[in-house]
Amino acid sequence: MSFISYLINGISLGSVYAIIALGYTMVYGIAKMLNFAHGDVIMVGAYVVMTAIASAGMSPLAAVLLSIVFCTVLGVVIESVAYRPLLNASSSLAVLITAIGVSYLLQNLALLIFGANTKSFASVVPVPALILAGGSLTIAGETIVTIISCVIIMIGLTLFIKRSKAGQAMLAVSEDKGAAQLMGINVNGTIALTFAIGSALAAVAGVLLCSAYPSLSPYTGAMPGIKAFVAAVFGGIGSIPGALIGGILLGVIEIFGKAYISSQMADAIVFGVLIVVLIVKPTGILGKNIQEKV
Amino acid sequence: MKMKKALSAILVAAMTMSMLAGCGGGSDSTSDSGSSEAAESSESGSGGDVFKIGGIGPVTGAAAVYGVAVKNGSELAVKEINEAGGINGVQIEMDYQDDEHDAEKAVNAYNSLKDWGMHALLGTVTSAPCVAVGEVSKDDNIFMLTPSGTAVECVQYDNAFRVCFSDPMQGLESAKYIGENGLATKVAAIYDSSDVYSTGIYEAFVKEAENQDFEVVAAEAFTAEAKTDFSVQLQKAKDAGAELVFLPFYYTEASLVLKQAAGMNYNPIFFGCDGMDGILAVEGFDVDLANNLMFMSPFTPTSEDEMIQKFVTDYKEAYGDTPNQFAADAYDGIYAIKAAMEEADVTPDMSPSDICDAMKEAMVNITIDGVTAKELTWEASGEPSKAPMVVKIEDGDYAVVE
Repeated sequence: MSFISYLINGISLGSVYAIIALGYTMVYGIAKMLNFAHGDVIMVGAYVVMTAIASAGMSPLAAVLLSIVFCTVLGVVIESVAYRPLLNASSSLAVLITAIGVSYLLQNLALLIFGANTKSFASVVPVPALILAGGSLTIAGETIVTIISCVIIMIGLTLFIKRSKAGQAMLAVSEDKGAAQLMGINVNGTIALTFAIGSALAAVAGVLLCSAYPSLSPYTGAMPGIKAFVAAVFGGIGSIPGALIGGILLGVIEIFGKAYISSQMADAIVFGVLIVVLIVKPTGILGKNIQEKV
Repeated sequence: MKMKKALSAILVAAMTMSMLAGCGGGSDSTSDSGSSEAAESSESGSGGDVFKIGGIGPVTGAAAVYGVAVKNGSELAVKEINEAGGINGVQIEMDYQDDEHDAEKAVNAYNSLKDWGMHALLGTVTSAPCVAVGEVSKDDNIFMLTPSGTAVECVQYDNAFRVCFSDPMQGLESAKYIGENGLATKVAAIYDSSDVYSTGIYEAFVKEAENQDFEVVAAEAFTAEAKTDFSVQLQKAKDAGAELVFLPFYYTEASLVLKQAAGMNYNPIFFGCDGMDGILAVEGFDVDLANNLMFMSPFTPTSEDEMIQKFVTDYKEAYGDTPNQFAADAYDGIYAIKAAMEEADVTPDMSPSDICDAMKEAMVNITIDGVTAKELTWEASGEPSKAPMVVKIEDGDYAVVE
């Protein structure tokens, strides 16, 4: 029974990683840049929800929607102010450093506004825990909602990219920016849309993460952000199903590593598996190996 | 294009500025309080002739609850002593620096206090920074008294003393307490393997458990990089049938453990150490989850002792908050420094190293009646000698367990 419990916890943790990893992977796929501020958008999203509920007395659902809107706007603003002027810069390092700068900016702003103390985040998930097998297996409501949200987001995003015009434009930009522009696609608009979607997902991830693990500090987003980045690389960066597989595998390996091998070694095991995968398949599990034709 | 480059340059500059401004803001506020006190003490007559006591602790960051409490507790004691005429007629000036519970920042803070001319150090508050500062303070031979640094290594050199129990002492006393009071026969322990405080207590606990009437059925670790998910550790404790879970780590993680245990319908007795103190102050934390939580603490604000009551009232008046044990440790720490300075008969014109040599010898001869213990004495090893106490949380408040 504990095996099932570990598995469910692993999938739940992995689902959060997967939702965050989507933001990394979409932005990388389209803008070819690593948005290291992504993890901190998660933190901002969680703070918005907390403030909206605690100070403005909004209902949890309204607070989550507000947070999604806020993060979407934040993502677009970050992209247009901090990244867009540098996307065509001679060195791709410039954007990377700027992303790290934005990450610190967000953390320090949060420190300034909300203070450094860790706050307890009241869960916004109204679903009660599911008690199975006479009490020996309890699945928290947050776990159920996290997994379901992850599935809905994945299906929705896949449909959006396959069926909608904007989604097709994203695909085109990710394959060849120059050619896409020649075909009349608004490249800058498409990149902004990608940031908008990625940041909206970050807000959702923030709410789910903080509902499941109810502590919130200005550094809350940093570690999950890095783990999700690993998940994105693990699954094949630039690939949306890859982010899902990478995220869930990472979560399950982390929990199983803790449960069956050693709780001290959990992170070492996770990153050890990553190294092995990358040696065998350098582009990640679902990464495409595109040959540059000269 | 040029416009864009200029804009991005401005943005980068703005970001850098904001980061610098963040740093500057922190040190400003601490030096502000230092200089205002400096002004006060010089007004009261002694001019430049004052004892300079430095303080280091996390005023911001994850362990801020401790650092702020120590800052307030020590300032309260300094104020009382200055009002009562100071140490042998010499006023005290205190400068309290922030280390954000970071060893490197603590050493930087120590260096700036040394440049300031510190005679003795009350600090640091948390273990890892304290060990780092101990390494440099022994070379300078500056007297240090940590109110709450519990790692063994905090007082490994002869210039360092502490007010609180060491980690092994806490682990040993916890195991003894659980065994002697028959709290449980099956015990699980969860500890932070990346933290000296947690590991130190855990190791002593397991060692002492062999002599006690209970069995450690599960021993699980976590690390600073993965300190949000405790489902596996709790599941293993539950599967092993543990009736008591020993949590030798800080309150931030403990609040998550309590929440997750409640989420999986697991209700053992939770037993922590002094790092657990502060859990009721976590903003937004559901205090009901902490009901029946027990932890070792040298200080209970609800005690009817006259001295403690006066301390609690004065503290509340000054800072609007009930003092925790860190504030109490710091309060006693300042009085211990005063007692040692008086015993050693030191003067501010002596070099910090000479003061340290004299105070080291004086520490083993002093006895103070403090708010953390009656008849608090020290051994030359730097360890305090006092009676342990266990606190239980009932209805969102502390209660002493006999």
